[in-house]
Amino acid sequence: MISLDRLSLSIHGTPILRAVTLKITPGEIFGLVGESGSGKSMTALALMGLLPRGAETTGAARLDGTDLLTLSEPDLCRLRGSDIAMIFQEPMTALNPVQTIGDQVAETLTIHGKAKGAQARRIARDRLDRVGLSHVALDRYPHELSGGQRQRVCIAAAIALHPRLLIADEPTTALDVTTQAQILDLLKDLVAEEGMSLLVITHDLAVVADMADCIAVMNRGEIVETGPTAQVLAERRHPYTRALFAASSHAPDRAPQGAPEPLLAVESVHRHYPGPRQGFRRGPPVEAVKGVSFELHKGESLGLVGESGCGKSTLTRAILGLDPVQGGDIRLFGRSIVPVMPPELRAGIQVVFQDPYGSFNPRWRVERLVAEPFHLLTDAPKGEDRRARVAEALRAVHLSPDDMAKYPHEFSGGQRQRIAIARALITRPRILVLDEAVSALDVSVRARILDLLAELQDAFGLSYLFISHDLTVVRAITDRVLVMQSGEIVEEGPTEAVFDAPAHPYTRQLLAAAPRLPDLTEAQA
Amino acid sequence: MARYLLLRALSLGLSLVVASVVIFALIEVIPGDPAAFMMGLNATEENLAALRAELGLDGSALDRYVVWITGMLTGDFGISYTYRVPVAELVLDRLWVSLPLAVYALTLSTLIAFPIGILAAATRGTATDYGIMGATQLGIAIPNFWFAMLLVLLFAVTLRWFSAGGFPGWDNPAAALKALTLPAVALALPQASILARVMRSALLETLDQDYIRTARAKGLSRAQAIRRHALRNALIPVLTIIGLQFSFLIAGAIIIENVFFLPGLGRLIFQGITQRDLIVVESVTMLLVFAVILVTFLVDLAYALVDPRLRRR
Amino acid sequence: MSRLPPALLIGAALSGVFLAVALLSLVWIPHPITGVSIATRLQPPSGTHWLGTDQLGRDLLSMLMVGAQTSIAVALIAVGIGVALGVPLGLAAAASRGSPLDEIIMRGNDLIFAFPSLVIAILITARYGPSATNAILAIGIFNIPVFARVARGGALPLWTLDYILAARTAGKGKLRISVEHVLPNLMNLLIVQATIQFSLGILAEAALSYVGLGAQPPTPSWGRMLAEAQTMIYTHPMLAVLPGLAIVLMVLGLNLMGDGLRDALDPRLRRGRG
Repeated sequence: MISLDRLSLSIHGTPILRAVTLKITPGEIFGLVGESGSGKSMTALALMGLLPRGAETTGAARLDGTDLLTLSEPDLCRLRGSDIAMIFQEPMTALNPVQTIGDQVAETLTIHGKAKGAQARRIARDRLDRVGLSHVALDRYPHELSGGQRQRVCIAAAIALHPRLLIADEPTTALDVTTQAQILDLLKDLVAEEGMSLLVITHDLAVVADMADCIAVMNRGEIVETGPTAQVLAERRHPYTRALFAASSHAPDRAPQGAPEPLLAVESVHRHYPGPRQGFRRGPPVEAVKGVSFELHKGESLGLVGESGCGKSTLTRAILGLDPVQGGDIRLFGRSIVPVMPPELRAGIQVVFQDPYGSFNPRWRVERLVAEPFHLLTDAPKGEDRRARVAEALRAVHLSPDDMAKYPHEFSGGQRQRIAIARALITRPRILVLDEAVSALDVSVRARILDLLAELQDAFGLSYLFISHDLTVVRAITDRVLVMQSGEIVEEGPTEAVFDAPAHPYTRQLLAAAPRLPDLTEAQA
Repeated sequence: MARYLLLRALSLGLSLVVASVVIFALIEVIPGDPAAFMMGLNATEENLAALRAELGLDGSALDRYVVWITGMLTGDFGISYTYRVPVAELVLDRLWVSLPLAVYALTLSTLIAFPIGILAAATRGTATDYGIMGATQLGIAIPNFWFAMLLVLLFAVTLRWFSAGGFPGWDNPAAALKALTLPAVALALPQASILARVMRSALLETLDQDYIRTARAKGLSRAQAIRRHALRNALIPVLTIIGLQFSFLIAGAIIIENVFFLPGLGRLIFQGITQRDLIVVESVTMLLVFAVILVTFLVDLAYALVDPRLRRR
Repeated sequence: MSRLPPALLIGAALSGVFLAVALLSLVWIPHPITGVSIATRLQPPSGTHWLGTDQLGRDLLSMLMVGAQTSIAVALIAVGIGVALGVPLGLAAAASRGSPLDEIIMRGNDLIFAFPSLVIAILITARYGPSATNAILAIGIFNIPVFARVARGGALPLWTLDYILAARTAGKGKLRISVEHVLPNLMNLLIVQATIQFSLGILAEAALSYVGLGAQPPTPSWGRMLAEAQTMIYTHPMLAVLPGLAIVLMVLGLNLMGDGLRDALDPRLRRGRG
């Protein structure tokens, strides 16, 4: 039995957690849900005794009667990895790059003196087999494995000594949906087999809705609601839970639009990269996009869905005229942009990127940032005119014209994404490319940006090319959808039709893998 | 691995060729008559002609380059104009002072730098850390040749533990090592200071990595995490600095040899300059540049040993 | 305004003093240093000669002051050479990452790295005789690849950021992006590196003058003062101690300033305060 009893935490005097109380019984899966900054990861680190310097705690964290907060560091070391284990979000960096995976799994055993040498390696082999890596040799290095495989190695190392509690901090956030589904299944199986408890920390309500026995919803360092999963999802007593639930499945009000007038026509486009270097020659070229064709119509919102590495980013760059294509044609407003995009066309197609932090030169003020695309216009407004246009764009995204004088770091993630949209709108384009534009945002912020996008489309008759790996979002905002796999479009059709009755096996696989919240009406019944 | 090696070796060869062309061009091709420069103002026309013939200045630049470089490759570095002996002989003689000095200094600086760098990282933010950082800051600021003079003042003049200079030869290895000790210490001080700082910051950087957190979650103590995971990763930037430092070490050695009157390559090259013996200068600088390029190559190999990501390319 | 790191303040104060002294020496020094006066040679510190005199009877303090001029001028011009040539090369390499241009620039850099300043100075001196200009050239040439690497290394991650992509979709070319977006965001890095190269330049100038490859008589220089004092180290150690101390303090000041600047300008540290 693991429990937190009124655990409060402050770091250098800043309160992070307030009287957090929870109980995890043996064999239970416990979901801890919250948006970024809610304190959910700190709760886990408190359980592990791995809090950063300057942390002060009150209350208790108990493992069968022992208060972990009072243990000495050597005692904690004995406990970590043997009684409580933990895996983290970024499998790409969570393993030591210069040590073999076998050694890293075996280390859990050797460090606790439970096995050594050949015996430790034998157990490591067994644990790796158990997490589905029987085909991967012990002497592989992390860089030779995929993200999903690395997360499995981390799990193998964590369960090597059959811990009583495994803490998984956003274990699948960095992974594709199909890989995510496999890892979650693995975790569920392990809980059932090993009889251990599992604490899953996530920002995604849908991830735990499926698998957790109990959940707790966290907001600003406090648990606002907790209980058996079905009950919490059905009752949603706390307003924050309701808001989180609504935001997670939020679909803006928008009428299907689109006239059959193609603004953008992509015709069997091929995109290659030079192959990897092999001595003095290069290997065969990597085909990232293999003969993709589609049209984007006026006023339409078109989704492009696919997992990482499917070629959607490469295709996007080609459409934006940033990279050359090796075959096919791209016609924008009836004119070909191959091999070089005519500068005057650029003003008609603008883009919003994913990262709200990397999207702006940190040394520029908002006025200059938003006005940058004026570079494309031959008769760009100057002076007062320019300021008026920037103010207009800021108002359109519900920011104040006074924000012009500020620097990007003075804004939150959601506000920055609004500035990015304002920048994209400044040349009054007809097409907006939204490249994972809401993927980095918390669900509540995401919902508001989706509303804004729907409103702007209505107001300006914009066409959207909406690129995302997130099926929920694509379903909420698009009229038509393209599903991309390994450089090809495998399915295309009206969004609702594709989601309700997927024709291609890959689409079915994607939809099945995507974690889903129980239907609102169904849950209420 | 083999491919990585081959590529590095090729780049090594290419660097050597270009470096030799640069040196050759600087000494022999740019306008002005090297022979006239070497002999000074009161040279007679016959003597000049003789020297030109000896230097092979009558041939085309390309011919002379080919002769020089094939000579270098076969161990024939030409005849010193002032000593009238083969340069190769002179170099080999002097190498037995310079090379041990460089290795001695490198060993000392590594032996000093690694422990104190690790100690500073492990005690980050404490008085020990600040003390080490302050001392290394000072160590970097002290010119090695001045430090050498201070060492002479203290250990040779005042305490009389060491002699102030000179080299007894390797017939008596203990005496030879003793003669090289003050020069090596002087050379090692700034190197060790820089290396310790790099070691510390590299280690602190790796300690922030996710895999250290993973290791701690497996039950490793902080010290175990440093020893088993952070050190080897921190070695990658440290190796880079050791490689870059080598060229400073060579430059330092040349200067330090002058402080201690050691008959090494540094002394040889300065005698070459004052006696306008271009043959000696040309060959010895080529050797020094070769040494720097070779060490860069060896560091590249060491990377591959430390970092498996490079091995399978 | 956030608190400045103490290292920055101490470093800036130390370097500032030397800079002020060097500037002052342009218009005033306690005693002229051109004449040789055997009568007043090797005097201990006194009311007239605060630090005493050297083997030629010249006022040591005046020599040190003018020596600061030489050191600072040589190191500063060498940093200028490195920045003026290295930074554009580094920016061009980063903007054309992976292209033959990038490859050529980087291989050229590696090649120059194989020629330590001292070796360059030896080669030039061997052929043209010693001078302060040689020292400037030798140190300056070695600074080029240093700045090229720092500029390229700092620019590469910037080129992957979305704001560069946004600038490209705004129709801006690589040159314009390098100037408008990349260079300003490299400034911190370059300022810190310039401070470090400045201090290395002071050390290198001293070393080159010490072995006779740098400033020639009668130009006073700290390195040559040390070389001349070496033979008298047994009898007049202060002549060897004082110029060395000047070098150490100047270099220490610059290094502390560089470290302090790095802390003060580090965006990771600043974000926390922002």
